[in-house]
Amino acid sequence: MALLEVDNVSKRFGGIVALDAVSFTVAQGEIVGLIGPNGAGKTTVFNVITRLYTPEAGDVRLEGESLIGIGPGRVVRRGIARTFQNVELFQGLTVAENVLVGAHARRGEHGLDDVLYYVGISSLRNRLASGLPYGTQKRVELARALASSPRLLLLDEPAGGLNHDEVQDLAAFIRRLQADFDLTVLLVEHHMGLVMSIADRVHVLDFGRTIAEGTPAEVRANPAVIEAYLGTAA
Amino acid sequence: MSLLELRNVEARYGPVRALHGVSLNVGEGEFVAVLGANGAGKTTTLRAVSGTVRRNGDVRLGGKKLRTPEGAARAGVAHVPEGRGTFAELSVWENLRLGSYTRRGSTKEDVQRVFALFPVLDRRRDQQAGTLSGGEQQMLALGRALMARPRLLLLDEPSLGLAPLIVKEIFDVLAKLNRDEGTAVLVVEQNANLALAAAARAYVLEVGRVVVDGPSDELRANESVRRSYLGY
Repeated sequence: MALLEVDNVSKRFGGIVALDAVSFTVAQGEIVGLIGPNGAGKTTVFNVITRLYTPEAGDVRLEGESLIGIGPGRVVRRGIARTFQNVELFQGLTVAENVLVGAHARRGEHGLDDVLYYVGISSLRNRLASGLPYGTQKRVELARALASSPRLLLLDEPAGGLNHDEVQDLAAFIRRLQADFDLTVLLVEHHMGLVMSIADRVHVLDFGRTIAEGTPAEVRANPAVIEAYLGTAA
Repeated sequence: MSLLELRNVEARYGPVRALHGVSLNVGEGEFVAVLGANGAGKTTTLRAVSGTVRRNGDVRLGGKKLRTPEGAARAGVAHVPEGRGTFAELSVWENLRLGSYTRRGSTKEDVQRVFALFPVLDRRRDQQAGTLSGGEQQMLALGRALMARPRLLLLDEPSLGLAPLIVKEIFDVLAKLNRDEGTAVLVVEQNANLALAAAARAYVLEVGRVVVDGPSDELRANESVRRSYLGY
């Protein structure tokens, strides 16, 4: 059985269909990429899984158990953590305090110091989140997610704002993270180099519908994906 | 004379110094890129120009000192900030209109241009900006800046959160704007290949200082720039 099952999920906002019967699965230990044009519904999928949104139809299951009846706080306690596309830290709290919010939601074997060290932000523990560079704020978000000892980690554009060197480091870091924390990862990302280098499988959305799925190589060669998203053969 | 001149600009966030005396300039109608690692001071440099961070040193546009954010906006600086800064409660249309508040006269053509560039904004014109997807909000932030018909466009990671196809379109538009209308551009961009292809010159920042600058071709040939930013 897959760790995560997204089963025929539909989500509307007024007259706008954000997700139209989307289904996919993520197996234990996999890294799955979720890609597609802007407004395709990628972040909406994250918001349904983490129960910020309630879908009109369909089900989301973690290890076979539905998440639809429970609130966002319980989702974290079941072992799902996430980062946000545009960084959602508590700006008035310090780095350590932000990370403790994650640990408070679901305490695990990784203490505050371990997590700060692992992510490479130990020296910043007493700094306010608000003054930190964007890339560093993304690290703090990641530390907060790890502090809740997740089994499934949802990453929303982790490469945003990083230069080539930093993206290379990030790819290695996500792989190491997955092994060290025994994680399963679902990744939304526009940096195709990153997606292609770390994803086991890729799921492609356009206008709220699945238009392709497969290995990175299959998806990259798929004419529908090139047309809707990549522009040229990547 | 340069359109924009920064002389020895320093800026800090509380006790942390972000810029240690940055000097740079952007000529009239010039397209200039700023490269650097996370935390190098790229965003702060743009903020120093628009006056949205406390700074010391000299920042001049067309020879006149820029003092306040409003003064910068009225002098013709439009800043597309990191994190977009769209007004979530206002509609797409209202956000665009705000972009032109420093101008007189009709903005009809400008709105049409923005909608031609980003058709999705036209379809969503009466929606609250907060309901747009992340990438659509990035388009809105760009569109809002274009509404000002700026002399100098400051762009902080314009490609952030945008699909590859759209990124290419945006840089095509920026190049056209720069070429046809003489809009000067100062862009911070993670995609250094794209930035150096579009810009005539670039500055590389490290820990709050300019460490290298020169024509894009020269930087592309620079070994360490190539390794760190271009990846070959």
